[in-house]
Amino acid sequence: MGFGSLGGSAVRGSWWDAWLCSAVVLRASTLGCGTRSRAVSVPQQWLVNGEHAADLWQNCTTGSPFQCLASSSNEWLQSVQAMMILSVIFSVLSLFLFFCQLFTLTKGGRFYITGVFQILAGLCVMSGAAIFTVRHTDWHQASENTSYGFAYILAWLALPLALASGIVYVILRKRE
Amino acid sequence: MSPRATRRLLLVAGLVAALGVSPVSPIHVYTQREVYGTVGSSVTLSCSFWSSEWISEDISITWHFQAEGSRDSISIFHFAKGQPYIDDVGTFKERMEWAGNPRRRDGSIVIHGLEPSDNGTFTCDVKNPPDIVGKSSQVTLYVLEKVPPRYGVVLGSVIGGALLLVAALVALAYGSRYCWRRRQAALQRRLSAMEKGKLQRSGKDGSKRSRQVSAERGGGHGGLSPLSPRPPGSPGAAGEAPLSPQAPVLYAMLDHGRSAKKAKGGAGDSRKDRK
Repeated sequence: MGFGSLGGSAVRGSWWDAWLCSAVVLRASTLGCGTRSRAVSVPQQWLVNGEHAADLWQNCTTGSPFQCLASSSNEWLQSVQAMMILSVIFSVLSLFLFFCQLFTLTKGGRFYITGVFQILAGLCVMSGAAIFTVRHTDWHQASENTSYGFAYILAWLALPLALASGIVYVILRKRE
Repeated sequence: MSPRATRRLLLVAGLVAALGVSPVSPIHVYTQREVYGTVGSSVTLSCSFWSSEWISEDISITWHFQAEGSRDSISIFHFAKGQPYIDDVGTFKERMEWAGNPRRRDGSIVIHGLEPSDNGTFTCDVKNPPDIVGKSSQVTLYVLEKVPPRYGVVLGSVIGGALLLVAALVALAYGSRYCWRRRQAALQRRLSAMEKGKLQRSGKDGSKRSRQVSAERGGGHGGLSPLSPRPPGSPGAAGEAPLSPQAPVLYAMLDHGRSAKKAKGGAGDSRKDRK
């Protein structure tokens, strides 16, 4: 029974690690999409309108004169940018703290700090996406065929993932 | 005349001739490049000049205004013969004020109650006869609905505030946990010191009492002490009168703590076995 339990706990441990890695990678990709649009081939926009693509940091035209202009310095846009940056910072911090706690926590202890930071990162992404949804007409005139882009959807996807991984960290107990 | 005197006279004559023939340097006019103002506020358009000639009574200062998108430049202010002439029929009627002093080489004007139509270029022109050659200087006025905050103020303040808040909360949590642990450790130390002191004292009294005390303590360690906290008036407590009010309380705590830990430990062991 001891060996089975050990195997079971080892499997569970690796499942937690896989979950953690996938959550971090997905969030990183979301924020990479949300923050900078470098390659035009991958759709990385928050708002799409024909051949104009606008994201948090610049508006680009993929038409014949390809040009990118910096976004306006509206306060609401700046707060959305701040929320995205904060969520990246918190998720990176939670990853770092996870490894710290892995080596310093006593047996049977819980990864509270890691889970708290992960949940905070999820909340930041949610508030950023919510503010964007409500206030995007302040700095971007919406026309009829303006639709939400890939990065916007990814931002909303990151919320349940972050919350789930945070809760998992809080429930998780350290084994030897 | 002596040769030295002649030479001196020639030198002076040459200097005077040179002064008389040298050209007068042009007049220099200085203004700001851009001025920002919000709607309804007042703004000062400063104009200073430098002239190599003495400031005479014939000095004239002129301000022209060219609206944004317009090609006409209208004259809005004129200063001549020591008298300022302010626009009283045009767009700056009753909004302009002369705030300059030609003696101090200042030709500034103040515009009150800015309107969005005041966006444009203002030109300051100074003529100080005979010093009339010179370039005039231009100021661009921007009238804004409200002054926009510099980019990055909101961004930086939100990020900084959130990080500080989180850092403060984490520090508070860890600090309170550290204090609590330290207080627990101090309490443990006091308890063990008190136990040691009791053992020594009861050892001095007699072996019987020491056995009694150790039996009590043994019962206390087991968590099922048949002897409840000793009453203060008992014979064994003769030498511990000052401590007696505390002793029963500490005993109770010790018993409770030990028994509680034993219970939790037992349950945990059983859980571990099941695993």
